[in-house]
Amino acid sequence: MSDTTNKVQAIIADKLGVDVEEVVAGATFEALGADSLDMVEVTMELEQEFSISVSDEEAGAVKSVQDVFDIVAAKV
Amino acid sequence: MSLEGKVAVVTGASRGIGAEIAQQLAAQGASVACLATSANNAQGTVDKIVADGGNAAAYGCSVGEAESVEETFKQINADLGVPYCLVNNAGVTRDQLLIRMSEEDFDQVVQVNLKGAWLCAKAAARPMMKAREGRIINLTSVNGLHGAAGQTNYASSKAGVVGLTKSLAKELGARGITCNAIAPGFIQTDMTKDLDSGMKETVEGQTPIGRLGTPGDIAPAVVFLASLEAGFITGQVLTVDGGLYM
Repeated sequence: MSDTTNKVQAIIADKLGVDVEEVVAGATFEALGADSLDMVEVTMELEQEFSISVSDEEAGAVKSVQDVFDIVAAKV
Repeated sequence: MSLEGKVAVVTGASRGIGAEIAQQLAAQGASVACLATSANNAQGTVDKIVADGGNAAAYGCSVGEAESVEETFKQINADLGVPYCLVNNAGVTRDQLLIRMSEEDFDQVVQVNLKGAWLCAKAAARPMMKAREGRIINLTSVNGLHGAAGQTNYASSKAGVVGLTKSLAKELGARGITCNAIAPGFIQTDMTKDLDSGMKETVEGQTPIGRLGTPGDIAPAVVFLASLEAGFITGQVLTVDGGLYM
């Protein structure tokens, strides 16, 4: 597990208020109980943490934790 | 309805309704950030609060300008802590009949009254979301609900504040943040002191309570909406006008 992956998982777990063990690649945000505000918060936190920029289109297409891993991996 | 340990931000706190709101929130135990166009202007309100044993600090802020708002809220966070309550009270008038009103008069009023409330809400919302609680209270006006000749700028901005209030209530409700508006009627402040006495008498005559309002009539409504107990009230516009409009 890379450092980046761990950080992303920690951010998602913190914003959604779930255990980090639940934030596995295959988990969907719907299943994790995230609403649209949570997604915006996760996106903004990722942007800040990794000094990246995530477009509304990219953020809107996110369904699973793996999608977030992919976006971050492509930008850092 | 104690606000002990809570931080409240009040814009336009140098005088009139804003000064009274700041003092009454402080009387409930809140630490109050008093915002005005210059910190000097808000210092009088802070001095009164401190003299009464409360806690407050003065900040200079141009609420219609993003950079100034961001800077001010950063400072408030550092000085007092995360805001629990934001009262968007700052407002200006530039009354004139439409055909004589300049574009600048329109833009300036909308920038302070509407954009200012939006910018401050934007600055306060993130820490409130994190805290999972918050109160945003916007001062609109009965003229924003009913319209007023000579106030196409002011009434438009205040009607906009109602839309802002209801949208924020829907966006932020799931985070324990409520957003409501107070619509004062005719209140005796510096803003209304230049209106002619004939008009004041007419308004008085049409008001069931039989008098004009004072800042002291508005502040208790804000204190109530700011309380923890008011957590199930959101997206509402509370008219405080002595019954003038029903």
